[in-house]
Amino acid sequence: SSHEHKLNFKKSKEVCLNYIQDAMLQKQWKRAAEFLTFYIESLEKDFSTAYMGPSEMIWRIGTEILCHHSHSSMKQFNSFIEQMKTLGVKRYLKVCLEHAFHLLCNGLIDEAYQNLSLAESWRFGEQTAIQDREMKLIQAYRGLLDYCSWSKQKNILLEHGQNGFEDLSVEREMHSCFRKAAVNLKEIIKVPGVWDLFVKCYVDLLEYYGDHNEACQVLNEYAYNSKFPANPNAHVYLYQFLKRHGESKKSLISALKILHDIVPSHELMIDFNTMLQKSKKRKKRQLGLEVIFAALDYAGWKENVKAWSCLARQVKQIVISEKHLDWIKQEWNSRKDWWPAFHFSRYLAKRNWQENESLSYEKALVAGILLGKDCKYFKYVSHQGCKAQVKRFRILKKFVNKHNPVYLRISG
Amino acid sequence: RDFNERCAQCSEVNWGLTDGGRFYCRSCHNVTERTREVVNTDFISNTRVQTISKVLRKQEKTDGGCEWYVCEGFQLVLKKQAEALEALGVCPQMKDEILCNFWRCYLQKSKQAYCNRPAGETVKALSVCDSSTDADSEPERPSLLHMLSVSESEGDLQTDCSFASSTSKVSESTSLCSGSVDGSLYLMKNQKEKLRMTMPMTLSFCYMALLWLREPMTLSDLLRFVVEGHIPYLNVFQHFPEKMKLCGLDLKIFCVESWPVYEEVYNKMLELAAFLDLPRFPDITDSCFLHPDMLCIKYLMEANLPDELHNWTCRVVKKICIGEADFLTLVPGNKSTRKVKYDVLAAAVIVVVLKLLFLLDDHYEWLLSEFAEERNKNNKEGGPYFEFKKWYKVIKCSLDVEQKKLDEERAKYLWRCEKPLFYSAKKKSKVLKRRRMVVNLQNQFGKLSGSVQSSVKPNPSSFQLSWYEENTDGSCFHGHSLKGILQEKCGLLTAMNPDYWLCTVKLCTEKLCGHLAHYREVDFPQSYHFVLRLFSFLLRIQPSHIHDEVCVIEHKLFNKKLCKKPKYKASLRK
Repeated sequence: SSHEHKLNFKKSKEVCLNYIQDAMLQKQWKRAAEFLTFYIESLEKDFSTAYMGPSEMIWRIGTEILCHHSHSSMKQFNSFIEQMKTLGVKRYLKVCLEHAFHLLCNGLIDEAYQNLSLAESWRFGEQTAIQDREMKLIQAYRGLLDYCSWSKQKNILLEHGQNGFEDLSVEREMHSCFRKAAVNLKEIIKVPGVWDLFVKCYVDLLEYYGDHNEACQVLNEYAYNSKFPANPNAHVYLYQFLKRHGESKKSLISALKILHDIVPSHELMIDFNTMLQKSKKRKKRQLGLEVIFAALDYAGWKENVKAWSCLARQVKQIVISEKHLDWIKQEWNSRKDWWPAFHFSRYLAKRNWQENESLSYEKALVAGILLGKDCKYFKYVSHQGCKAQVKRFRILKKFVNKHNPVYLRISG
Repeated sequence: RDFNERCAQCSEVNWGLTDGGRFYCRSCHNVTERTREVVNTDFISNTRVQTISKVLRKQEKTDGGCEWYVCEGFQLVLKKQAEALEALGVCPQMKDEILCNFWRCYLQKSKQAYCNRPAGETVKALSVCDSSTDADSEPERPSLLHMLSVSESEGDLQTDCSFASSTSKVSESTSLCSGSVDGSLYLMKNQKEKLRMTMPMTLSFCYMALLWLREPMTLSDLLRFVVEGHIPYLNVFQHFPEKMKLCGLDLKIFCVESWPVYEEVYNKMLELAAFLDLPRFPDITDSCFLHPDMLCIKYLMEANLPDELHNWTCRVVKKICIGEADFLTLVPGNKSTRKVKYDVLAAAVIVVVLKLLFLLDDHYEWLLSEFAEERNKNNKEGGPYFEFKKWYKVIKCSLDVEQKKLDEERAKYLWRCEKPLFYSAKKKSKVLKRRRMVVNLQNQFGKLSGSVQSSVKPNPSSFQLSWYEENTDGSCFHGHSLKGILQEKCGLLTAMNPDYWLCTVKLCTEKLCGHLAHYREVDFPQSYHFVLRLFSFLLRIQPSHIHDEVCVIEHKLFNKKLCKKPKYKASLRK
């Protein structure tokens, strides 16, 4: 490589930055700190409007080093951050916010609260759109901390209540925290974004004070407003809320339907399938079958006994009734090429049998129906089961043998 | 030049300087007893008052500053540099006589002093950042930003200015701002014909003086000392006296944010010598340090090559007549002769010798090395034979280590100093605040650095690599013999290598593309590149510059009809 023998300010700082980066990637914090000291004088030339100017670099790099360096203390960190806050008005709120995060991660909740409050009261010139957003975030996190206080007060109150005390001051404190928290949390969740934590807390507050309508509205907005990014959790929260308040099955199902569309492998799919199977409507029952098949497409569900038992139950029910075999056929069509190797290999048969008898039972039932009595899986498990003289396996064997023609119709 | 007496013998006024610093008449070669008066180059507020016929009153300003001209600033710089050079061992004559006389001559020729009409007269003296009502009436006066954009420099300071102007809303009335009286004039006028002074040019002055005195310091040595901090250059303005306030455009003139470049300093030196109408410089004879025979000794030692190679370098030098005083001595203004860069020349000669002996085609040198190794086994008397392979290993190791150190130093180079730089008085507090923060942060992270920060500069040394024969590890090759790779023919020891490859079949025209050859690492053998890399490191210049010189030497060498070798063919490498 040809080495340049020229050097100017800009180039030497670029090169310095490379050394810092290398040291950080190798977690050599002392070396990174060493090179940072030589980079720092770029601040005296930091007049660029570049996205990542020296101020930002030094803030980010310095933070990393102070977080990881063995000799650095919280005090040092705080004093460093205070200096960084003065480095540029555009960055002030961002630095405050991240400082607060850092304090929270280190368990310094009160300090974080103070920081956020201080930042909230900061005003400088015209606020840009970005600063507006950052301010909202600061307020939101402060609101979150208010919620934490509220929660604490609530617990104290409960305790006292149990002990027969009545504590007006605690109650007053609690209500004031509620008001502060509610105002800020409400604001932030109006902005399109992913605000799981804020939403949960806000809904918790609303529920406590009995404002179910507002809570429902908030959750619906969060889940269904197209401006917000697609978020499975939004639907989960809504579902859980509806369930808590004993809403109709219809509304529960509609809440979970979208979840199934977004995340077919979600753990709530079992609940969903259970609800759907019980439905009187044919379409719903078919959807249930769809749902459970879809869930079992995912590797994480391979050994989920509950899921298999759902599928087994539904398949069995369909076979016995001899109605809607086409449902099974439809679902099996796209799966028959790969499910056998995925779920019903001989190896899995052995393993399932050894590790989890119930699992192997449920799976054997499904395998027997879908692949017939001669398939590897069913043969092995039923044989083992009968050998071990477990009653249900004998019943299973008889059942599958009896309904073997079904398999032919399905696979055709 | 400023000696205007008529010659006693021929009544002419045509003086030159002898080696001893005496005036001699060029017409009749009458040497006078008059010598250069020692000029006191201390900065005194009213130095120029004595030499300019029209006197500009100097007034103490309210902020404790005084009026000063840009050339006074440069004068200070040169003084500091000369003192540093003296501390490094250069003879005092350089500082006391030669350099300051060159400088005075320059001032005279560029009409900045020592003449009837100083150039600064046409522009009214502007004080620092005061709004001058005159400015409004002259609409053609350029604004601050315009001034800076016409300059050729890197543009770093340009961004400083854009900050300064954007936040402080520089109005037309505060358009020309500098601590010096003529800072704006300095940058504004097209000074091409007058050779405007710059910071790199101060080094040209120094080198010119060193060359005149034939001091044992090459240009690459000088520039290396500058970078290492032994010669004031980077933040030299911090040595200006308190009352000489620097701000605004002065920064553009006196602040340096890049390492001096060899080519630039060298070319400026030539321009300067011509501009000053200097006569032929004192002859470079074979007892001078700068003579290739002498320099080759130095570089051979530093490159850890056998002393015996010196015979060969001398032979090459003699063969192509580059040891002649006429070739080596600088004659300013003479455009026809190619100017000599002594350090590059010596290094190139060594490279050519290595090619002659070892071919350096990535095959032969290793074969030869094995051959020498074999011969070494039976070699009981005398010193060991030189083996290229062993040398390569040792040098590569050291070179890699040194290069790595150098790379880290480049990353750790500090450009700022305690003395703050600001564009206007308004910015001063902000700049000082920043500086304080920088120092705080440096301390904070310095403590986390672990190792002790050594702020001590390494001692200046002429040699970057040293090898000691006393070392028993065999890492010093000075005393090794070349017999291992030579053969006897007709009673003479000649190289076993019969071949040679030319770096380039045809030289480029320097005027067209600036180079005589175009070096690309991939086009040449790795051994050749390694050797170039070694000297490139020692001289701190690009390998291509040495390569250019190698091409020139080869063309001179093989254009001659004589051949010392049994046979050779010139073949171009693919």
